[in-house]
Amino acid sequence: MHLKRQLLLTHLALALAAFAALPTHAQDRNLGRNLAAQCANCHGTNGVSQSSIPSLAGRDTASFTAAMNDFKSGKRTGPAATIMHQLAKGYSDEQIAAMASFFATQKAK
Amino acid sequence: MTILQREFSRRDWLKLAGAGATASTLAACATGPDVPSKPLGRVIVIGAGFGGATAAKYLRMWSGGMVEVFLIDMNRNFVSCPISNLVLGGSRKMEDITVGYAGLREYGVQVINDEVTKVNFEKKTIELKKIQDLNWDRLIIAPGVDFMFDQVKGLDAKAQESIFHAWKAGPQTMSLRKQLEDMKDGGVYALTIPKAPYRCPPGPYERACQVAHYFKTKKPKSKVLILDGNEDVQSKKGLFMAQWNGQYKGTIEYRNNHNVTEVDAANRTAITEVGDKIKADVLNIVPPQRAGNIALAAGVINANNRWCQVNWLTMESTARPGVHVLGDATLSAPAMPKSGHMANQHAKVAAAAIIELMQGREPSKTPMMANTCYSFVDDKNVVHVASVHAYDPTDKTMKIVPGSGGLSAAATELEGAYANAWAKNIWADMLL
Repeated sequence: MHLKRQLLLTHLALALAAFAALPTHAQDRNLGRNLAAQCANCHGTNGVSQSSIPSLAGRDTASFTAAMNDFKSGKRTGPAATIMHQLAKGYSDEQIAAMASFFATQKAK
Repeated sequence: MTILQREFSRRDWLKLAGAGATASTLAACATGPDVPSKPLGRVIVIGAGFGGATAAKYLRMWSGGMVEVFLIDMNRNFVSCPISNLVLGGSRKMEDITVGYAGLREYGVQVINDEVTKVNFEKKTIELKKIQDLNWDRLIIAPGVDFMFDQVKGLDAKAQESIFHAWKAGPQTMSLRKQLEDMKDGGVYALTIPKAPYRCPPGPYERACQVAHYFKTKKPKSKVLILDGNEDVQSKKGLFMAQWNGQYKGTIEYRNNHNVTEVDAANRTAITEVGDKIKADVLNIVPPQRAGNIALAAGVINANNRWCQVNWLTMESTARPGVHVLGDATLSAPAMPKSGHMANQHAKVAAAAIIELMQGREPSKTPMMANTCYSFVDDKNVVHVASVHAYDPTDKTMKIVPGSGGLSAAATELEGAYANAWAKNIWADMLL
Protein backbone atom coordinates (compact mmCIF):
# COMPACT_ATOMS: atom_id res chain seq x y z
CA MET A 1 0.00 0.00 0.00
CA HIS A 2 2.74 2.36 1.06
CA LEU A 3 4.88 1.40 -1.90
CA LYS A 4 1.99 1.85 -4.32
CA ARG A 5 1.29 5.27 -2.94
CA GLN A 6 4.93 6.24 -3.18
CA LEU A 7 5.07 5.05 -6.77
CA LEU A 8 1.99 7.06 -7.57
CA LEU A 9 3.52 10.17 -6.06
CA THR A 10 6.77 9.59 -7.93
CA HIS A 11 4.83 9.26 -11.17
CA LEU A 12 2.91 12.39 -10.39
CA ALA A 13 6.11 14.29 -9.64
CA LEU A 14 7.69 13.04 -12.87
CA ALA A 15 4.62 14.00 -14.85
CA LEU A 16 4.63 17.47 -13.32
CA ALA A 17 8.35 17.85 -14.00
CA ALA A 18 7.84 16.86 -17.64
CA PHE A 19 4.97 19.34 -17.88
CA ALA A 20 7.10 22.13 -16.40
CA ALA A 21 10.00 21.32 -18.74
CA LEU A 22 7.85 22.19 -21.74
CA PRO A 23 6.32 25.51 -20.74
CA THR A 24 5.74 26.76 -24.29
CA HIS A 25 4.03 23.61 -25.47
CA ALA A 26 2.01 23.20 -22.30
CA GLN A 27 0.70 26.74 -22.67
CA ASP A 28 0.10 26.65 -26.41
CA ARG A 29 -2.68 24.13 -26.64
CA ASN A 30 -3.14 24.92 -30.32
CA LEU A 31 0.45 24.12 -31.28
CA GLY A 32 -0.29 20.67 -32.72
CA ARG A 33 -3.36 21.96 -34.55
CA ASN A 34 -1.47 24.93 -36.00
CA LEU A 35 1.54 22.88 -37.07
CA ALA A 36 -0.64 20.15 -38.57
CA ALA A 37 -2.50 22.77 -40.62
CA GLN A 38 0.66 23.11 -42.71
CA CYS A 39 0.14 19.54 -43.91
CA ALA A 40 -3.49 20.11 -44.93
CA ASN A 41 -2.68 21.74 -48.28
CA CYS A 42 -1.55 18.35 -49.59
CA HIS A 43 -2.93 15.85 -47.05
CA GLY A 44 -6.39 17.41 -46.62
CA THR A 45 -8.09 19.48 -43.90
CA ASN A 46 -7.37 17.87 -40.51
CA GLY A 47 -5.45 15.20 -42.42
CA VAL A 48 -8.47 13.85 -44.31
CA SER A 49 -7.29 13.55 -47.92
CA GLN A 50 -9.65 13.85 -50.89
CA SER A 51 -7.10 12.44 -53.33
CA SER A 52 -4.36 9.86 -53.82
CA ILE A 53 -2.11 11.62 -51.29
CA PRO A 54 -2.36 9.57 -48.05
CA SER A 55 -4.62 10.73 -45.20
CA LEU A 56 -2.98 11.46 -41.86
CA ALA A 57 -6.17 11.60 -39.77
CA GLY A 58 -6.44 8.80 -37.26
CA ARG A 59 -2.90 7.59 -37.81
CA ASP A 60 -1.31 6.48 -34.54
CA THR A 61 1.49 8.64 -33.18
CA ALA A 62 4.16 5.94 -33.50
CA SER A 63 3.55 5.37 -37.20
CA PHE A 64 3.41 9.12 -37.98
CA THR A 65 6.59 9.81 -35.99
CA ALA A 66 8.45 6.87 -37.55
CA ALA A 67 7.53 8.02 -41.07
CA MET A 68 8.66 11.59 -40.39
CA ASN A 69 11.92 10.39 -38.82
CA ASP A 70 12.61 8.09 -41.77
CA PHE A 71 12.08 11.01 -44.16
CA LYS A 72 14.26 13.23 -41.99
CA SER A 73 17.13 10.76 -41.66
CA GLY A 74 17.10 9.90 -45.35
CA LYS A 75 16.17 6.28 -44.65
CA ARG A 76 13.11 6.74 -46.83
CA THR A 77 14.23 7.86 -50.30
CA GLY A 78 13.58 7.32 -53.99
CA PRO A 79 9.99 7.05 -55.19
CA ALA A 80 8.90 6.56 -51.54
CA ALA A 81 9.96 10.13 -50.80
CA THR A 82 9.40 12.58 -53.65
CA ILE A 83 9.11 15.67 -51.44
CA MET A 84 8.61 14.65 -47.80
CA HIS A 85 12.31 14.00 -47.20
CA GLN A 86 12.83 17.72 -47.88
CA LEU A 87 9.85 18.99 -45.87
CA ALA A 88 10.39 16.73 -42.83
CA LYS A 89 13.81 18.31 -42.28
CA GLY A 90 12.05 21.56 -41.40
CA TYR A 91 10.62 20.24 -38.11
CA SER A 92 12.05 19.42 -34.68
CA ASP A 93 11.25 16.22 -32.77
CA GLU A 94 8.94 18.24 -30.48
CA GLN A 95 7.08 19.71 -33.45
CA ILE A 96 6.69 16.27 -35.04
CA ALA A 97 5.35 14.94 -31.72
CA ALA A 98 2.79 17.77 -31.54
CA MET A 99 1.62 17.08 -35.11
CA ALA A 100 1.48 13.34 -34.39
CA SER A 101 -0.75 13.88 -31.35
CA PHE A 102 -3.10 16.10 -33.32
CA PHE A 103 -3.52 13.69 -36.25
CA ALA A 104 -4.00 10.72 -33.92
CA THR A 105 -7.09 12.41 -32.43
CA GLN A 106 -8.64 13.24 -35.82
CA LYS A 107 -11.39 11.07 -37.19
CA ALA A 108 -10.43 9.24 -40.39
CA LYS A 109 -13.27 9.43 -42.91
CA MET B 1 -34.29 39.14 -43.01
CA THR B 2 -30.63 39.77 -42.33
CA ILE B 3 -27.87 38.31 -44.40
CA LEU B 4 -26.93 36.13 -41.47
CA GLN B 5 -30.37 34.52 -41.34
CA ARG B 6 -30.65 34.14 -45.07
CA GLU B 7 -27.31 32.44 -45.58
CA PHE B 8 -27.35 30.24 -42.53
CA SER B 9 -29.02 26.91 -43.11
CA ARG B 10 -30.10 24.26 -40.62
CA ARG B 11 -27.23 22.14 -41.91
CA ASP B 12 -24.77 24.85 -40.85
CA TRP B 13 -26.08 24.79 -37.31
CA LEU B 14 -25.80 21.02 -37.21
CA LYS B 15 -22.23 21.21 -38.48
CA LEU B 16 -21.32 23.81 -35.87
CA ALA B 17 -23.15 21.95 -33.12
CA GLY B 18 -20.95 19.00 -34.01
CA ALA B 19 -17.85 21.16 -33.84
CA GLY B 20 -18.99 22.47 -30.44
CA ALA B 21 -19.42 18.96 -29.10
CA THR B 22 -15.91 18.08 -30.22
CA ALA B 23 -14.68 21.26 -28.60
CA SER B 24 -16.15 20.52 -25.20
CA THR B 25 -14.84 16.96 -25.30
CA LEU B 26 -11.38 18.21 -26.12
CA ALA B 27 -11.57 21.00 -23.54
CA ALA B 28 -11.53 18.30 -20.87
CA CYS B 29 -8.17 17.15 -22.20
CA ALA B 30 -5.34 19.60 -21.57
CA THR B 31 -3.57 18.72 -24.80
CA GLY B 32 -6.47 19.22 -27.21
CA PRO B 33 -6.95 22.41 -29.24
CA ASP B 34 -8.72 25.25 -27.53
CA VAL B 35 -12.11 26.37 -28.85
CA PRO B 36 -13.83 29.56 -27.67
CA SER B 37 -17.14 29.20 -25.85
CA LYS B 38 -18.77 32.56 -26.62
CA PRO B 39 -19.23 34.76 -29.69
CA LEU B 40 -16.12 36.82 -30.45
CA GLY B 41 -17.23 39.25 -33.12
CA ARG B 42 -17.10 39.69 -36.86
CA VAL B 43 -14.27 39.31 -39.36
CA ILE B 44 -14.73 40.48 -42.93
CA VAL B 45 -12.49 38.88 -45.53
CA ILE B 46 -12.01 40.75 -48.80
CA GLY B 47 -10.93 38.43 -51.61
CA ALA B 48 -11.81 34.74 -51.90
CA GLY B 49 -8.65 33.29 -53.40
CA PHE B 50 -6.14 30.89 -51.84
CA GLY B 51 -5.58 33.22 -48.87
CA GLY B 52 -9.02 34.70 -48.22
CA ALA B 53 -11.11 31.57 -48.68
CA THR B 54 -8.77 29.54 -46.45
CA ALA B 55 -8.88 32.23 -43.74
CA ALA B 56 -12.70 32.29 -43.85
CA LYS B 57 -13.01 28.53 -43.49
CA TYR B 58 -10.38 28.16 -40.75
CA LEU B 59 -11.78 31.09 -38.73
CA ARG B 60 -15.14 29.31 -38.62
CA MET B 61 -13.69 25.85 -38.04
CA TRP B 62 -11.17 26.78 -35.34
CA SER B 63 -13.51 29.13 -33.48
CA GLY B 64 -16.26 26.50 -33.39
CA GLY B 65 -18.47 29.02 -35.15
CA MET B 66 -17.81 31.76 -32.59
CA VAL B 67 -16.36 34.19 -35.14
CA GLU B 68 -18.86 35.58 -37.63
CA VAL B 69 -17.25 35.59 -41.07
CA PHE B 70 -18.17 37.47 -44.25
CA LEU B 71 -16.21 36.62 -47.39
CA ILE B 72 -16.51 39.06 -50.26
CA ASP B 73 -15.38 38.56 -53.83
CA MET B 74 -16.21 40.04 -57.22
CA ASN B 75 -16.19 36.59 -58.85
CA ARG B 76 -18.95 34.04 -58.44
CA ASN B 77 -16.56 31.09 -58.59
CA PHE B 78 -12.96 30.40 -57.66
CA VAL B 79 -10.75 29.89 -60.73
CA SER B 80 -7.31 28.50 -59.87
CA CYS B 81 -4.13 30.04 -61.24
CA PRO B 82 -2.19 26.85 -60.42
CA ILE B 83 -3.05 24.31 -63.19
CA SER B 84 -4.35 27.15 -65.44
CA ASN B 85 -1.22 26.89 -67.61
CA LEU B 86 -2.48 23.41 -68.55
CA VAL B 87 -5.59 25.02 -70.04
CA LEU B 88 -3.21 26.98 -72.31
CA GLY B 89 -1.40 23.73 -73.10
CA GLY B 90 -4.71 22.09 -73.98
CA SER B 91 -4.72 19.20 -71.48
CA ARG B 92 -7.26 20.85 -69.10
CA LYS B 93 -10.51 22.76 -69.50
CA MET B 94 -11.69 25.80 -67.54
CA GLU B 95 -14.21 23.67 -65.63
CA ASP B 96 -11.30 21.56 -64.32
CA ILE B 97 -9.85 24.60 -62.51
CA THR B 98 -13.15 26.15 -61.35
CA VAL B 99 -14.71 25.52 -57.92
CA GLY B 100 -17.81 27.19 -56.42
CA TYR B 101 -18.12 28.77 -52.98
CA ALA B 102 -21.12 26.71 -51.81
CA GLY B 103 -18.91 24.50 -49.63
CA LEU B 104 -17.89 27.48 -47.50
CA ARG B 105 -21.52 28.27 -46.70
CA GLU B 106 -21.69 24.92 -44.94
CA TYR B 107 -19.14 26.24 -42.47
CA GLY B 108 -21.35 29.27 -41.91
CA VAL B 109 -19.20 31.62 -44.00
CA GLN B 110 -21.39 34.40 -45.44
CA VAL B 111 -20.17 34.46 -49.04
CA ILE B 112 -21.10 37.70 -50.80
CA ASN B 113 -20.64 38.39 -54.50
CA ASP B 114 -19.85 42.10 -54.49
CA GLU B 115 -17.04 44.62 -54.78
CA VAL B 116 -15.64 46.56 -51.83
CA THR B 117 -15.14 50.21 -52.77
CA LYS B 118 -13.98 51.75 -49.50
CA VAL B 119 -12.72 50.87 -46.04
CA ASN B 120 -13.66 53.20 -43.15
CA PHE B 121 -11.35 52.86 -40.18
CA GLU B 122 -13.08 55.21 -37.71
CA LYS B 123 -16.45 53.50 -38.09
CA LYS B 124 -14.85 50.10 -38.84
CA THR B 125 -17.02 49.53 -41.88
CA ILE B 126 -16.64 48.71 -45.54
CA GLU B 127 -18.64 50.16 -48.41
CA LEU B 128 -19.77 47.89 -51.22
CA LYS B 129 -21.18 48.38 -54.73
CA LYS B 130 -24.39 46.38 -54.36
CA ILE B 131 -25.28 46.01 -50.69
CA GLN B 132 -25.33 48.22 -47.59
CA ASP B 133 -22.22 48.96 -45.52
CA LEU B 134 -20.95 46.18 -43.28
CA ASN B 135 -19.14 46.62 -39.98
CA TRP B 136 -16.13 44.59 -38.86
CA ASP B 137 -14.15 43.94 -35.71
CA ARG B 138 -11.19 42.74 -37.71
CA LEU B 139 -10.59 42.93 -41.44
CA ILE B 140 -8.63 40.59 -43.70
CA ILE B 141 -7.50 41.92 -47.06
CA ALA B 142 -6.46 39.15 -49.44
CA PRO B 143 -6.57 41.00 -52.76
CA GLY B 144 -3.96 39.15 -54.81
CA VAL B 145 -2.20 41.36 -57.33
CA ASP B 146 -3.24 44.04 -59.76
CA PHE B 147 -1.19 45.06 -62.77
CA MET B 148 0.95 48.18 -63.24
CA PHE B 149 -0.10 48.68 -66.86
CA ASP B 150 1.54 52.11 -66.88
CA GLN B 151 4.93 50.37 -66.69
CA VAL B 152 4.40 49.06 -70.24
CA LYS B 153 3.99 52.03 -72.58
CA GLY B 154 1.23 51.49 -75.11
CA LEU B 155 -0.53 48.81 -73.09
CA ASP B 156 -3.66 50.95 -72.75
CA ALA B 157 -7.28 49.81 -72.51
CA LYS B 158 -7.49 49.38 -76.29
CA ALA B 159 -4.25 47.35 -76.46
CA GLN B 160 -5.47 45.19 -73.60
CA GLU B 161 -8.31 43.99 -75.83
CA SER B 162 -5.83 41.98 -77.92
CA ILE B 163 -2.69 41.63 -75.76
CA PHE B 164 -3.38 39.39 -72.75
CA HIS B 165 -1.49 38.65 -69.54
CA ALA B 166 -3.61 35.65 -68.46
CA TRP B 167 -1.80 36.05 -65.12
CA LYS B 168 -5.13 35.82 -63.32
CA ALA B 169 -6.96 32.66 -64.27
CA GLY B 170 -10.32 33.42 -65.86
CA PRO B 171 -11.55 35.00 -69.10
CA GLN B 172 -7.99 35.93 -70.15
CA THR B 173 -6.93 32.27 -69.89
CA MET B 174 -9.59 31.41 -72.47
CA SER B 175 -8.73 34.40 -74.69
CA LEU B 176 -5.04 33.50 -74.78
CA ARG B 177 -5.85 29.84 -75.49
CA LYS B 178 -8.00 30.96 -78.42
CA GLN B 179 -5.14 33.07 -79.82
CA LEU B 180 -2.86 30.03 -79.62
CA GLU B 181 -5.46 27.85 -81.35
CA ASP B 182 -5.96 30.46 -84.10
CA MET B 183 -2.22 30.92 -84.69
CA LYS B 184 -0.83 29.40 -87.89
CA ASP B 185 1.75 26.63 -87.67
CA GLY B 186 5.17 28.22 -87.95
CA GLY B 187 4.16 31.20 -85.82
CA VAL B 188 5.92 32.68 -82.79
CA TYR B 189 4.45 32.93 -79.29
CA ALA B 190 6.35 35.44 -77.11
CA LEU B 191 5.95 35.57 -73.34
CA THR B 192 7.33 38.50 -71.36
CA ILE B 193 8.29 38.21 -67.69
CA PRO B 194 8.49 41.28 -65.44
CA LYS B 195 11.33 41.89 -63.02
CA ALA B 196 10.91 39.96 -59.76
CA PRO B 197 9.01 40.01 -57.47
CA TYR B 198 5.91 38.88 -59.32
CA ARG B 199 3.15 36.31 -58.67
CA CYS B 200 4.34 32.69 -58.99
CA PRO B 201 8.08 32.73 -59.76
CA PRO B 202 8.15 29.45 -61.80
CA GLY B 203 4.80 30.18 -63.50
CA PRO B 204 6.15 31.78 -66.69
CA TYR B 205 8.62 28.95 -67.31
CA GLU B 206 5.89 26.36 -66.79
CA ARG B 207 3.71 28.31 -69.23
CA ALA B 208 6.47 28.27 -71.85
CA CYS B 209 6.68 24.47 -71.46
CA GLN B 210 2.89 24.10 -71.75
CA VAL B 211 2.67 26.17 -74.94
CA ALA B 212 5.70 24.32 -76.35
CA HIS B 213 4.01 21.01 -75.56
CA TYR B 214 0.94 22.16 -77.49
CA PHE B 215 3.07 23.32 -80.43
CA LYS B 216 5.08 20.09 -80.53
CA THR B 217 1.94 17.97 -80.71
CA LYS B 218 -0.24 20.24 -82.92
CA LYS B 219 1.90 22.95 -84.58
CA PRO B 220 5.46 21.56 -84.76
CA LYS B 221 6.94 24.39 -86.85
CA SER B 222 5.98 27.02 -84.23
CA LYS B 223 8.28 28.63 -81.65
CA VAL B 224 8.10 29.83 -78.04
CA LEU B 225 10.15 32.87 -77.15
CA ILE B 226 10.70 33.78 -73.49
CA LEU B 227 11.61 37.43 -72.92
CA ASP B 228 12.73 37.53 -69.29
CA GLY B 229 13.13 40.93 -67.62
CA ASN B 230 15.41 39.26 -65.11
CA GLU B 231 19.05 38.32 -65.36
CA ASP B 232 18.29 34.63 -64.99
CA VAL B 233 15.57 32.01 -64.63
CA GLN B 234 13.84 32.80 -61.32
CA SER B 235 12.89 29.31 -60.15
CA LYS B 236 13.74 25.64 -60.82
CA LYS B 237 16.37 26.78 -63.33
CA GLY B 238 18.18 23.49 -63.88
CA LEU B 239 14.95 21.55 -64.15
CA PHE B 240 13.43 23.90 -66.74
CA MET B 241 16.67 24.22 -68.71
CA ALA B 242 16.79 20.40 -68.94
CA GLN B 243 13.40 20.56 -70.72
CA TRP B 244 14.37 23.44 -72.99
CA ASN B 245 17.58 21.65 -74.00
CA GLY B 246 15.77 18.31 -74.10
CA GLN B 247 12.24 17.71 -75.36
CA TYR B 248 11.76 21.38 -76.37
CA LYS B 249 15.12 21.92 -78.08
CA GLY B 250 14.48 24.08 -81.13
CA THR B 251 10.99 25.01 -79.88
CA ILE B 252 11.75 27.18 -76.81
CA GLU B 253 14.22 30.04 -76.93
CA TYR B 254 15.13 31.81 -73.68
CA ARG B 255 16.43 35.39 -73.63
CA ASN B 256 17.47 36.93 -70.30
CA ASN B 257 17.69 40.69 -69.55
CA HIS B 258 14.84 41.45 -71.95
CA ASN B 259 12.79 43.86 -69.89
CA VAL B 260 9.78 44.80 -72.03
CA THR B 261 8.68 48.35 -71.25
CA GLU B 262 6.67 49.18 -74.37
CA VAL B 263 4.29 47.49 -76.76
CA ASP B 264 3.13 48.22 -80.30
CA ALA B 265 -0.16 46.38 -80.10
CA ALA B 266 -1.18 46.92 -83.74
CA ASN B 267 2.01 45.18 -84.90
CA ARG B 268 2.13 42.72 -81.98
CA THR B 269 5.63 43.96 -81.19
CA ALA B 270 7.27 44.02 -77.77
CA ILE B 271 9.91 46.68 -77.19
CA THR B 272 12.56 46.31 -74.49
CA GLU B 273 14.02 49.10 -72.35
CA VAL B 274 17.08 49.20 -74.62
CA GLY B 275 14.95 49.44 -77.75
CA ASP B 276 15.03 45.86 -79.04
CA LYS B 277 11.87 45.09 -81.03
CA ILE B 278 10.45 41.59 -81.04
CA LYS B 279 7.49 40.76 -83.27
CA ALA B 280 5.28 37.80 -82.41
CA ASP B 281 2.12 36.15 -83.73
CA VAL B 282 0.80 35.77 -80.20
CA LEU B 283 2.15 38.28 -77.70
CA ASN B 284 1.58 37.45 -74.01
CA ILE B 285 2.68 40.34 -71.83
CA VAL B 286 2.79 39.84 -68.08
CA PRO B 287 3.14 43.37 -66.65
CA PRO B 288 4.76 44.23 -63.30
CA GLN B 289 2.42 43.77 -60.35
CA ARG B 290 1.56 45.24 -56.96
CA ALA B 291 -0.87 44.44 -54.16
CA GLY B 292 -4.48 44.49 -55.40
CA ASN B 293 -6.47 47.71 -55.75
CA ILE B 294 -8.41 47.41 -52.49
CA ALA B 295 -5.09 47.29 -50.57
CA LEU B 296 -4.22 50.60 -52.19
CA ALA B 297 -7.62 52.08 -51.33
CA ALA B 298 -7.34 50.84 -47.74
CA GLY B 299 -3.90 52.40 -47.30
CA VAL B 300 -2.10 49.18 -46.38
CA ILE B 301 0.50 49.40 -49.18
CA ASN B 302 3.64 50.60 -47.39
CA ALA B 303 6.59 49.01 -49.22
CA ASN B 304 7.91 50.52 -52.48
CA ASN B 305 4.37 51.70 -53.32
CA ARG B 306 3.69 48.07 -54.25
CA TRP B 307 3.42 45.65 -51.32
CA CYS B 308 2.00 45.41 -47.80
CA GLN B 309 4.27 44.90 -44.80
CA VAL B 310 2.91 42.59 -42.13
CA ASN B 311 3.71 41.35 -38.64
CA TRP B 312 4.44 37.69 -39.43
CA LEU B 313 3.10 36.53 -36.05
CA THR B 314 -0.41 37.69 -36.94
CA MET B 315 -0.29 38.80 -40.60
CA GLU B 316 -1.49 42.18 -39.28
CA SER B 317 -0.67 45.20 -41.43
CA THR B 318 2.09 47.42 -40.04
CA ALA B 319 0.16 50.38 -41.49
CA ARG B 320 -3.32 49.70 -40.04
CA PRO B 321 -4.00 47.93 -36.75
CA GLY B 322 -6.88 45.46 -36.92
CA VAL B 323 -6.31 44.83 -40.62
CA HIS B 324 -4.58 41.63 -41.75
CA VAL B 325 -3.09 41.13 -45.23
CA LEU B 326 -2.52 37.74 -46.87
CA GLY B 327 -0.89 36.23 -49.91
CA ASP B 328 0.77 37.78 -52.94
CA ALA B 329 -0.06 41.29 -51.69
CA THR B 330 2.42 41.04 -48.79
CA LEU B 331 6.00 42.20 -48.92
CA SER B 332 7.42 38.68 -49.07
CA ALA B 333 9.69 37.38 -46.33
CA PRO B 334 13.18 36.35 -47.57
CA ALA B 335 12.99 33.44 -50.05
CA MET B 336 9.22 33.18 -49.59
CA PRO B 337 7.52 32.88 -52.99
CA LYS B 338 4.29 34.60 -53.97
CA SER B 339 2.27 31.41 -54.38
CA GLY B 340 -1.25 30.18 -53.71
CA HIS B 341 0.17 27.54 -51.39
CA MET B 342 1.93 30.24 -49.34
CA ALA B 343 -1.25 32.34 -49.21
CA ASN B 344 -3.09 29.34 -47.75
CA GLN B 345 -0.39 29.10 -45.05
CA HIS B 346 -0.56 32.85 -44.33
CA ALA B 347 -4.30 32.41 -43.86
CA LYS B 348 -3.93 29.72 -41.20
CA VAL B 349 -1.43 31.78 -39.19
CA ALA B 350 -3.81 34.75 -39.43
CA ALA B 351 -6.89 32.70 -38.45
CA ALA B 352 -5.15 31.22 -35.40
CA ALA B 353 -3.83 34.65 -34.33
CA ILE B 354 -7.15 36.45 -34.85
CA ILE B 355 -9.05 33.95 -32.69
CA GLU B 356 -6.48 34.50 -29.90
CA LEU B 357 -6.53 38.28 -30.28
CA MET B 358 -10.33 38.39 -30.20
CA GLN B 359 -10.18 36.60 -26.85
CA GLY B 360 -7.64 39.09 -25.53
CA ARG B 361 -4.87 36.51 -25.60
CA GLU B 362 -1.43 36.49 -27.12
CA PRO B 363 -1.00 34.71 -30.47
CA SER B 364 1.56 31.95 -30.95
CA LYS B 365 5.15 33.21 -31.05
CA THR B 366 6.34 30.27 -33.14
CA PRO B 367 4.39 30.26 -36.43
CA MET B 368 5.60 27.94 -39.19
CA MET B 369 4.75 27.86 -42.90
CA ALA B 370 5.60 25.37 -45.61
CA ASN B 371 5.63 25.75 -49.38
CA THR B 372 5.15 23.13 -52.05
CA CYS B 373 5.13 24.20 -55.66
CA TYR B 374 4.66 21.85 -58.60
CA SER B 375 5.25 22.77 -62.26
CA PHE B 376 4.05 20.70 -65.22
CA VAL B 377 6.72 20.50 -67.92
CA ASP B 378 4.27 18.76 -70.29
CA ASP B 379 0.85 17.14 -69.83
CA LYS B 380 2.14 14.47 -67.41
CA ASN B 381 5.60 15.18 -65.99
CA VAL B 382 6.17 17.47 -63.04
CA VAL B 383 8.97 19.09 -61.03
CA HIS B 384 8.73 20.66 -57.58
CA VAL B 385 10.38 23.12 -55.23
CA ALA B 386 9.66 22.99 -51.50
CA SER B 387 10.65 24.91 -48.36
CA VAL B 388 9.78 25.21 -44.67
CA HIS B 389 9.73 28.66 -43.04
CA ALA B 390 9.91 29.45 -39.31
CA TYR B 391 9.51 32.75 -37.47
CA ASP B 392 12.81 34.35 -36.47
CA PRO B 393 12.22 36.48 -33.34
CA THR B 394 15.44 38.46 -33.81
CA ASP B 395 14.75 39.65 -37.32
CA LYS B 396 10.96 39.45 -36.89
CA THR B 397 10.43 37.67 -40.19
CA MET B 398 9.90 34.18 -41.57
CA LYS B 399 13.10 32.38 -42.61
CA ILE B 400 13.78 29.05 -44.29
CA VAL B 401 14.65 26.36 -41.72
CA PRO B 402 18.28 25.46 -42.53
CA GLY B 403 18.52 22.09 -44.27
CA SER B 404 14.84 21.98 -45.21
CA GLY B 405 13.37 22.08 -48.68
CA GLY B 406 14.76 21.40 -52.11
CA LEU B 407 13.98 20.49 -55.70
CA SER B 408 13.02 17.41 -57.68
CA ALA B 409 15.92 15.41 -59.09
CA ALA B 410 14.14 15.36 -62.47
CA ALA B 411 10.64 15.61 -63.96
CA THR B 412 8.54 12.48 -63.33
CA GLU B 413 5.02 11.18 -63.93
CA LEU B 414 4.83 10.20 -60.25
CA GLU B 415 5.14 13.84 -59.27
CA GLY B 416 2.58 14.60 -61.98
CA ALA B 417 0.11 12.38 -60.13
CA TYR B 418 0.98 14.11 -56.85
CA ALA B 419 0.58 17.54 -58.43
CA ASN B 420 -2.97 16.68 -59.51
CA ALA B 421 -3.69 15.28 -56.05
CA TRP B 422 -2.22 18.43 -54.47
CA ALA B 423 -4.56 20.62 -56.52
CA LYS B 424 -7.59 18.59 -55.49
CA ASN B 425 -6.65 18.72 -51.81
CA ILE B 426 -5.69 22.39 -51.61
CA TRP B 427 -8.90 23.44 -53.39
CA ALA B 428 -10.80 21.30 -50.88
CA ASP B 429 -8.76 22.71 -47.96
CA MET B 430 -9.87 26.23 -48.86
CA LEU B 431 -13.36 25.66 -50.25
CA LEU B 432 -14.89 22.36 -49.10
